[in-house]
Amino acid sequence: MPPRLNIIVPVKRVIDYAIKPRVNSAKNIVETNGVKFSLNPFCEIAVEEAIRLRESKKDLVESITLVSAGSAKAQDALRSGLAMGADKATLIECPGIDDAKSLSLEPLAVAKLLKAYIDKEGANLVILGKQAIDDDSNQTGQMLAGLLNWPQATNASNVAVDDDGIVSVTREVDGGSETLSAPLPIVITTDLRLNVPRYTKLQDIMKAKKKKTDKLTPSDLGVDIAPRLEVVSLSDPPKRLGGSKVDSVDSLISKLKDVGAI
Amino acid sequence: MYPEIIRDPRFGELTQADIEYFKSILPESSILQDDQDLSGYNIDSMRKYNGQSRLVLKPRSTEEVSKIMKHCGERKLAVVPQGGNTGLVGGSVPVFDEIVISLSNLNKIRSFDEVSGIIVADAGCILEATDMFLAEHGYIFPLDLGAKGSCHIGGNVATNAGGLRLLRYGSLHGSVLGVEAVMADGTIVNGLGKLRKDNTGYDIKQLLIGSEGTLGVITGVSVLCPKRSKVMNVAFFGLDSYEKVQKAFVKAKSDLGEILSAFEFMDRESQDQVAQFSELRRPLDEQHNFYVLVETSGSNRSHDEEKLQEYLEGLMEAEIIDDGVLAQDETQMKNIWTWREGIPESLARTGGVYKYDVSIPLEDLYLMVEDCRAKLVEKGYEIGTEESNIVNVVGYGHLGDGNLHLNVAVKSYSKDVEHALEPWVYEWIQKRQGSISAEHGLGFAKRPYLKYSKDQSMINLMKQVKNVYDPDGIMNPYKYI
Ligand SMILES: Cc1cc2nc3c(=O)[nH]c(=O)nc-3n(C[C@H](O)[C@H](O)[C@H](O)COP(=O)(O)OP(=O)(O)OC[C@H]3O[C@@H](n4cnc5c(N)ncnc54)[C@H](O)[C@@H]3O)c2cc1C
Repeated sequence: MPPRLNIIVPVKRVIDYAIKPRVNSAKNIVETNGVKFSLNPFCEIAVEEAIRLRESKKDLVESITLVSAGSAKAQDALRSGLAMGADKATLIECPGIDDAKSLSLEPLAVAKLLKAYIDKEGANLVILGKQAIDDDSNQTGQMLAGLLNWPQATNASNVAVDDDGIVSVTREVDGGSETLSAPLPIVITTDLRLNVPRYTKLQDIMKAKKKKTDKLTPSDLGVDIAPRLEVVSLSDPPKRLGGSKVDSVDSLISKLKDVGAI
Repeated sequence: MYPEIIRDPRFGELTQADIEYFKSILPESSILQDDQDLSGYNIDSMRKYNGQSRLVLKPRSTEEVSKIMKHCGERKLAVVPQGGNTGLVGGSVPVFDEIVISLSNLNKIRSFDEVSGIIVADAGCILEATDMFLAEHGYIFPLDLGAKGSCHIGGNVATNAGGLRLLRYGSLHGSVLGVEAVMADGTIVNGLGKLRKDNTGYDIKQLLIGSEGTLGVITGVSVLCPKRSKVMNVAFFGLDSYEKVQKAFVKAKSDLGEILSAFEFMDRESQDQVAQFSELRRPLDEQHNFYVLVETSGSNRSHDEEKLQEYLEGLMEAEIIDDGVLAQDETQMKNIWTWREGIPESLARTGGVYKYDVSIPLEDLYLMVEDCRAKLVEKGYEIGTEESNIVNVVGYGHLGDGNLHLNVAVKSYSKDVEHALEPWVYEWIQKRQGSISAEHGLGFAKRPYLKYSKDQSMINLMKQVKNVYDPDGIMNPYKYI
């Protein structure tokens, strides 16, 4: 019998994946007014993986706890995860952070908050998205593993836990895949191919309303979240220039030569 | 190809002189004559109907269409107007050697009024591209359907297409404010009105809406577009009987009211079919006899979500639905819609599909599918076994509009199966005063069955209309009426 898993899944609320973000005219924030927010897709995969571990073997998982740091609206991300099947959730409400300023809550601050939370509440497995699609930092998981001094396996495309509590994680690397294994506790970050998250059932949405959400603040955890980076400017990606049709292979080649592509 | 009909001897035969004339009014790139180039215009999207046209013309302006039609009128050359060629009744391809007039080069948006939401555009604009243009301005095209990436808005108007949101935005007979068309003799009819209210004389544009290319070539349309909803939600649930599907619909109308924008139902057989061919995850893992997709479109997120939640919880408490999911983000919403829209495509993968697109009073709607299965079994057919030609008999559709799609998927088309189904299907509909074609039109496929939905006095009036506008019968012949 492996040690029972107490899983923490940190989650983030971000601008919906299907929505094209726009930079404001002052070029310092991404427009958030009236924009749809959803659970970060990689976080969704992390929640799904935690639930699959529970479903894979009876008694393997003792608890699945969601943690989200951000504004009060981060509740939405927690509610989505609870409806998917997590047991409970904690919101770390950060003063001064709102939708427009979400980027000023930096990966290091989040990693410190999570470390403090885990020190306080205990856990032996952290599964989190490899990155959030708003800032694409891909740092929180690694920093957290460093702060906790736990092994880490990033960009997981498969996760298995054997009877001795050894965790094997397959990751896609250039030219193939690589499998790492380490004993618990461990930090795992999820890649896109790890799983396809389930749709949220109506019954579970109703049940989720009754599940408990605790609230903490950074000062409860003794963490300073002041930003260390300054956003100098933001800009939209350059507009795609319209294409043009050519009527023969020869003219295609000459056009390509004109622009120095061949 | 069609032994039962003969080429109308009144029609002229295409000569080199005709080609020379077309070359004098159109650029070379607008004239297609090679077999390879022609084949896509001769065969319909279901690969069921195959014409023998030797000429495709692709005019770039209303004036060019007019010159073409004037010549064809004088020479009595028969023509087929063609949009995106996605029609499902064989109306968009020639039967014999009719000249194909493709509207695909007539594809500019002419104007858009941000205040009224009225768009004026060429007939050949692709529906999806037009909708994307409107989205940039916060508006939506009042029609959406599975073929949106290929069909033309002119084709939509010519077929009076219904689609997924008719329930919310109504029929094109209401939202199309004006039509510009070229008649059989080349006359340009400028009816591109931009008025919501205009009671000055016969509303001729209504005749062109749904005329399927038999009265004139539509070259431009003006359409009243609603504001695009800021908030949309999609739920998908499973139910164990058709009776409960109806209950869920009635409740949707009362609980969701003004935010309800689609209510689509599907039977288990149709879902198994999609599952077999789609890479997408099934919205519900467990099996149910029926499935429903409900969409809401509104302007206030918390208000809409509260309404939808209450509706869904009410359904669960009343044990009307067994199980359901609610899309949590845009991607899930899109995937659920793709799942629904994947039904026709997955059926087509089997080989061929006999499609019946019918309006029937709601209470009897699904009975038709059950009776059809029973009828086939009674005639000695097996359904879905290894040896049987009939792969699946499924029912799905726009329940909110009383519109059922009964589809019989086969490995290959056979006269045998066709005779087992027809005219039985049409008689069944006639008995219940339904329509043999709710939204796909008549085209070539349904023409012989018009009498099951319209009585002789009505058919006579239609014939008179046709004779007035197209006395030589050159507009899309052998079809419609
Ligand atoms: C996957 C799929 C899903 C569909 N879903 C729906 C649905 O939900 N609801 C629905 O109502 N229909 C549906 N359809 C069928 C629908 O009728 C057509 O897709 C569409 O409205 C036809 O547009 P088109 O430009 O492709 O016209 P075509 O197929 O090219 O032509 C259809 C008819 O209109 C005539 N026509 C086309 N353009 C003009 C013009 N400019 N002037 C005069 N006549 C013209 C043609 O001669 C022909 O008779 C679906 C089709 C597919 C393939």
